[in-house]
Amino acid sequence: MASEKGIKLLDFWVSPFGQRARIALAEKGVEYEHKEENLLAEKSELLLKSNPVHKKIPVLIHDGKPVCESLIIVQYIDEVWPDKAPLLPSDPYQRAQARFWADFVDKKVFECGGRLWKLKGEEQEAAKKEMIEILQILEAQLGDKKYFGGDTFGFVDVAFVPLTSWFYSCETCANFSVEAVAPKIVLWVQRCMERESVAKTLSDPKKVYEYVRFLKKRFRIE
Amino acid sequence: MGETLKLFGWKVSPYSHRVEVALRLKGVKYEFIHEDLANKSDMLIRYNPILKKIPVLLHDDTPIVESQVIVEYIDEVFDGHPILPKDPYERAEARFWARFIDEKVRPQVWMSCWTDGEIQKSFIAQAKESLATLQGRLEGKKFFGGDSIGLIDIMACSLALWYGVMEEVVGLNLLNDYPELCRWGEDYRNVEAVRECLPERELIVDFFAPRKDRIFAKKAPVYD
Repeated sequence: MASEKGIKLLDFWVSPFGQRARIALAEKGVEYEHKEENLLAEKSELLLKSNPVHKKIPVLIHDGKPVCESLIIVQYIDEVWPDKAPLLPSDPYQRAQARFWADFVDKKVFECGGRLWKLKGEEQEAAKKEMIEILQILEAQLGDKKYFGGDTFGFVDVAFVPLTSWFYSCETCANFSVEAVAPKIVLWVQRCMERESVAKTLSDPKKVYEYVRFLKKRFRIE
Repeated sequence: MGETLKLFGWKVSPYSHRVEVALRLKGVKYEFIHEDLANKSDMLIRYNPILKKIPVLLHDDTPIVESQVIVEYIDEVFDGHPILPKDPYERAEARFWARFIDEKVRPQVWMSCWTDGEIQKSFIAQAKESLATLQGRLEGKKFFGGDSIGLIDIMACSLALWYGVMEEVVGLNLLNDYPELCRWGEDYRNVEAVRECLPERELIVDFFAPRKDRIFAKKAPVYD
């Protein structure tokens, strides 16, 4: 493995975490081999060898050396290819801010979103209330900026935008509207979608919903 | 930016300790402002309105929050002892293990202490696997960072003191099965920058012991 040159990304089509890496690579114009893992079947030997601790995608393999965890991969991509489309700001304080908000998105949005489509009744209502609060915090942070990073598309945008493909599923399962609580976020998604890196990477929200329905049947959540 | 540094912290907190170690490794002076977590100050809430937590580093009236974010910030702004490696691959690797500690080791050890019955057995099994994995990463070296402490060591600080105390209070014995991690813990505690800001064991006992039942009920720290 160590002597193989080039860049490989182990991914799963609907994973927003894999999409973070893909968007970062596209922004940098880096060529790579995309390897789709079938997470519904047996994990490949390469995946198990590259990420023995978590056995999860995405994994970026650069000249045979694996990098794991989506936000760590994005920072790695930004540090290895710093000249084109810098994703993290150059100022240390702005970088700290970007890391804080990416971490906030990471810890809050996906987990809460998952509860929205997995749970019912009171638990779902509690998750809905929490999600609305999270979205309002992010809406306030975005404010009137073009992107979370300001004028340039950056780390927090990369961290958050793939998760927005799951909004439709959350809205449908839990009966609420993201646009009603966070209209600026919705407009921000549209602006991000004008970027080729995002438009070519994000899953169609309707396809995500089909996948969510498949998972609910598979795990008998109905 | 000038050089006025204030740290809103709490001596019992390992997260507060992480920031102090980083500052001391760099040899920078700071004012420690002790927060009563049962009665958070207006200043803390002003500087960390989203999470309302310590630690908060104030650098010339500019707040930075979240212990790992603060440690990386300190490493980037101040010269001296390097906390993260320079090479991007090694940095990614350090961040990977920092995340492993915070997302796997920490909740698993915590829940092993504060649950019982079958649930506790499940958490103990998970904690054992994670501790073994983390011990493997040491690979016989003095520190996770090699000859001197780095990001992973700082993020692992709870294993050097806090978890041992917590286990003793609840009557659990996990860490002793990992002699390399125990050896690392002793070496970590002996680092000068660490010694200067490590809380006394009794301080941590005095936090956990009287609150044992309430923490068990809540599965989360109780501050009053």
